[in-house]
Amino acid sequence: MSATATEIDPNVFHLEEEPHHEEGSSTMLGFWLYLMSDCLIFAMLFAVFGVLGGNYAAGPGPKELFDLELVAVNTAMLLFSSITYGFAMLAMDKNNRPQTLIWLAITGLFGLAFLGIELYEFAHLIHEGATPQRSAFLSAFFTLVGTHGLHVTFGIIWLVTLMVQVSWKGLIPANKRRLMCLSMFWHFLDVIWIGVFTFVYLLGMVR
Amino acid sequence: MSADKNDHSPESHEVDHLGHEAHNHGSFRSYMIGFVLSVILTAIPFALVMTGALPPQATALIVMAFAVVQIVVHMIYFLHMNSKSEGGWTMLALIFTIIVVVIALSGSLWVMYHLNANMMPATHEMSQMSS
Repeated sequence: MSATATEIDPNVFHLEEEPHHEEGSSTMLGFWLYLMSDCLIFAMLFAVFGVLGGNYAAGPGPKELFDLELVAVNTAMLLFSSITYGFAMLAMDKNNRPQTLIWLAITGLFGLAFLGIELYEFAHLIHEGATPQRSAFLSAFFTLVGTHGLHVTFGIIWLVTLMVQVSWKGLIPANKRRLMCLSMFWHFLDVIWIGVFTFVYLLGMVR
Repeated sequence: MSADKNDHSPESHEVDHLGHEAHNHGSFRSYMIGFVLSVILTAIPFALVMTGALPPQATALIVMAFAVVQIVVHMIYFLHMNSKSEGGWTMLALIFTIIVVVIALSGSLWVMYHLNANMMPATHEMSQMSS
């Protein structure tokens, strides 16, 4: 009796053998879930800006502060970096390592140009006395746009890391997976920027 | 997840060495379509606001509509969203996120707008009483 009970235990309800998962098979879904949670962070910051965006505390408003031509150039930089990252992914699909690295480098340069313009804008605002402490509008503005800029910064660090990885180890499956994750991250940042230039800059000018 | 392997996308060779369903990376054509659409959808709102060709309220509505369309364009052509990837779980997560975002954004704006609207007369009356 006891011998048969050990062979077929009626109290075991889980599968005897776990289904086989290849390494990294769930990475893309997991990374997508991270992006969705990041999306919630930005949603909260957008909500804060929506609530406080009109509280100028007798300080300068969007019409006095924002330079739309600069924002348009900035938007173009991020859009160009999105398409060049797409080209890097296409080169990766063809297992063309040099071309992948070149497109990644161009993407990184556009990312750096975006960051440079944003930092120039921030420095200009702070120089004019429009610091985060000036009004609730400016606190919300610097938090929202600054968080996006911080994401771009980390994206560039990640990009450089992956360029080193790819040049050392080549386009191995693990590196392809990492490049796909960064691709999602990079395009996701562009999606957030659509919200930023629409709700912060453009609607700020017509408010 | 093993059920995902019968994906018939053109890049299904990815299944072999990545061990999961193929990720559609798009083609040169799809990236260019996305890029051209994004440029148009960005340029028109900027031009409308910079020139001030339309009344503010109409401009605001058009700008917001273009943003929503551009976000969808990015999702489809750059992030390659579709209802089939990862067995539909990415789409489900996205729908859930959109619901939470809409509730949080509209709720915050609605509550705080009414709070502001109801607080304003009180401060006005107080200043009248003190004077």
